[in-house]
Amino acid sequence: MAKGMREIKREIKGKQNTRQITKAMEMVAASKLRKAQEAAVAARPYADKLLEVVSNIAAGTKGVSHPMLEARPIKKTAYLVITSDRGLAGGYNANLLRQLTLTIKERHQSTDEYVIFVIGRKGRDYFRRRNMPIIEEIIGLADAPTFGDIKSIAASAVSKFSDGSYDELYIYYNKFVNALTQIPTETRLLPLENFEGNNQAVSSYEYEPSAEGVLEVLLPKYAETLIYSAVLDGKASEQGARMTAMGSATKNATKMINSLTLTYNRARQAAITQEITEIVAGANAQS
Amino acid sequence: MSTFLVEIVTPERKVYGEQANMVVVTGLEGQLGIMPNHIPLVTPLRIAPVTIKRDGISDVVAVNGGFIEVRKDKVVILAESAELAEDINIERAEAAKQRAEQRLTIAKTDEIDFRRAELALQRAMNRLNVTHIHK
Repeated sequence: MAKGMREIKREIKGKQNTRQITKAMEMVAASKLRKAQEAAVAARPYADKLLEVVSNIAAGTKGVSHPMLEARPIKKTAYLVITSDRGLAGGYNANLLRQLTLTIKERHQSTDEYVIFVIGRKGRDYFRRRNMPIIEEIIGLADAPTFGDIKSIAASAVSKFSDGSYDELYIYYNKFVNALTQIPTETRLLPLENFEGNNQAVSSYEYEPSAEGVLEVLLPKYAETLIYSAVLDGKASEQGARMTAMGSATKNATKMINSLTLTYNRARQAAITQEITEIVAGANAQS
Repeated sequence: MSTFLVEIVTPERKVYGEQANMVVVTGLEGQLGIMPNHIPLVTPLRIAPVTIKRDGISDVVAVNGGFIEVRKDKVVILAESAELAEDINIERAEAAKQRAEQRLTIAKTDEIDFRRAELALQRAMNRLNVTHIHK
């Protein structure tokens, strides 16, 4: 019995160590989540304002045309996928990548029909293993990415659409609902559409040099901003997912420790009882 | 003297928000001085200093491109980055300037690299200019 006890004790110790780590990770994720949420909120005015101006132009001037607004026949599709660099975030990466793989299988027959932009080591490794065509990647993105950090990938995603390398661009990321819920989301980013929905022609502007000229500058910026907000949303989701995953890991560890402690105490008591019985039996035999 | 609200917003945060009397920006077509009750206007900006005058003080902000939206009582400048004169790290801007100049001499063959270096140089010069005006 004594050996069994030592083993149980060691197991308890191990679980306690694990719990300590998961608990710390949970708390770190919680504080990072708060920061990520703040960043996502801080980015909103810029995106809102851009949308307002762009839809104003679209509404105010009839028949403006721009390559980024035109739907072309689709020969090639691009996917921009936002994943994390590190794991231990529950189903954060797995859910997103599974959904994307299913969609790709459904839509495309061969790897010539699509390309992938990927952010995050997890996603990159996944696509590399499966020999899927990655054209650009960013890994090691900071927890609070600046616009400059993602500018290069966003700009090239937009310009490759403009020069006709592909005819539509989807963005895949985990939409942040709250710390418990993140929904893998697909959004069609390019060609841009649905500007007319939410405006009541606030005021008519003068455009310098011209409405088309302004649009030319604004639309790529707008698309890049959308990518940036998706990245920020993805970061918030990542921290939320990690916090939840680590929270439940901590809970599970506590549960295991409790049941192991119970077994340990039982074993200890049994050992003591046995010892007493042996002593009493010994004493009885002598008298 | 009538005033209007001037805001400078980047994707990361709101850099500036004050009541002002006048804004001087450099648009694609040239310099613009904007005062309250200006006709509504939208125009892209060049990489250049933006001067905001209020109560006899002028604030100078290094604005990296972007565009300006003017309304009767409000002006919003949206840019990918913007810094107030006192926030600019002069050493970093100097270093960036030298780096860009070096690249310009090397990268003459590659058009994209050349464009990029040129823009980087413009940004660095803009930041340095702003700190000079500020002094």
